[in-house]
Amino acid sequence: MRYAMVIDTVRCVGCNACVVACKTENDTPEGFARDWLRYVVTGTFPDLSREIYSERCNHCDNPPSVHNCPTGASQIVEGGLVVVDRSKCTGCKACVASCPYNARYVHPDGHVDKCTFCIHRVRKGLDPACVESCPTEAMTFGDVDDPDSEVSRLIRSRKVHVNNPASGCDPQVYYLT
Amino acid sequence: MTETLVLRTNEGIDPQLHIWGWDVAGYLFLGGLVAGLLFFIGLHMRRSGARRALPTSVRWGAVAAPLLLGAGMFLLFLDLDLKLHVWRFYTAFRWTSPMSWGSWILLLVFPLMLVQVLLIAPESIRSLLVRAAPASWAASMAERGWNVVASLSILTGVALGIYTGILLGASVARPLWSSAALGPLFLASGISGAAALLALLERDHAARAWFTRADVWALGAELALIGAFFVGHATSTRCHIEAIQLFLGGAYTAPFWGLVVVVGVAAPLLLEWLELRGRVVVSAAVPVLVLVGGLALRYVIVAAGQAAGVGGDAPLNTFF
Repeated sequence: MRYAMVIDTVRCVGCNACVVACKTENDTPEGFARDWLRYVVTGTFPDLSREIYSERCNHCDNPPSVHNCPTGASQIVEGGLVVVDRSKCTGCKACVASCPYNARYVHPDGHVDKCTFCIHRVRKGLDPACVESCPTEAMTFGDVDDPDSEVSRLIRSRKVHVNNPASGCDPQVYYLT
Repeated sequence: MTETLVLRTNEGIDPQLHIWGWDVAGYLFLGGLVAGLLFFIGLHMRRSGARRALPTSVRWGAVAAPLLLGAGMFLLFLDLDLKLHVWRFYTAFRWTSPMSWGSWILLLVFPLMLVQVLLIAPESIRSLLVRAAPASWAASMAERGWNVVASLSILTGVALGIYTGILLGASVARPLWSSAALGPLFLASGISGAAALLALLERDHAARAWFTRADVWALGAELALIGAFFVGHATSTRCHIEAIQLFLGGAYTAPFWGLVVVVGVAAPLLLEWLELRGRVVVSAAVPVLVLVGGLALRYVIVAAGQAAGVGGDAPLNTFF
């Protein structure tokens, strides 16, 4: 089993529902966010196009943040999810420096925090809060190892890319364009 | 043209990564300085032979090394956001993590440094310590393994010096740090700083000249490694080329070339070289310049490295 997220940039309208749902579900501290939006406008007026990316931790297959953690607090758990064990975290920030996506931050309580793909919901068979709340159904979550899953079907059927593939981290958030 | 707007305002991450500051730079500087001290202590122990004749500065250097490393580790402790979890470093060994290697290396270096204090510290300090029976026994045991202690000191000095660079270099997400030259550069800088410190402490003219000569070699190596650092980046990937622009007209150009290269390397190298040729008499200010340059090197590299990413995560309101 390998969990992955597929996000359709054509369907996304940038409503921020995923950001709000994450903050509510995970009680992220004020001023911090586990997911965010990136707007990319390309072209020259009047020939402009805009893509909106809902971004978060990419739960990489080859995560440098896990490799560089000196205590084992950053770890890979079931389904390839990358999580932080707060009880083992020293707040040394080696993982923050190692993440090419700047997807981690230091929680005001001192430990490092990041998106978990809502692991507490996934363990109950539910989708992550951001996926659940998306009003345009631009986000899909599932097992990319299962060829019959919706995420596998989308990756096969559409033009797809990942952020910063040159990092060599094998990110598991895919964008449909 | 492409305009990128990121709606994220995480403290310490946006608009630019800033998680490590003066405390980490100070630790890397002190770690490098201790690495250089261990190198010179080992070298002089091996050179001293049966007479055990060591320069006074080396004897005091052996006393200073554990204190300086302790101060460096305290700075590292200050940087931790969960200080009460510091013991977690010693309940795991993660072979893929340079920081894990470092935390264990630092712990293992201390017994070696304490043995050196018992062996070669100035008599006023040594006599106080070996009064206790266990210390006296340890000192007599270590005396038999003089050459082993000396060799271990050189080896751990080199390992510790290179490690301070690898700690940063292991981060592929920060292209400025991701350089094979960074470990040797920090080692050369640490050896240079230690030579300067020992020259500062030394009163014997011949011994002082020896350390000045050693510093000239170390500073020359440092200059060559700075060149290799630049060539390595300029001939690497686009993100490496963009990262090195921080020193070539970018935000860190003035501190790097002014403080690190001119004040910390080129000026002392020239003055010490002239002193060895008998042209000028160098004051104590020159070793101080070397030490200031060593600290500036760590600070500038730590700060600039955080300003350069690998893309895929453009800073706020970026046009390119």
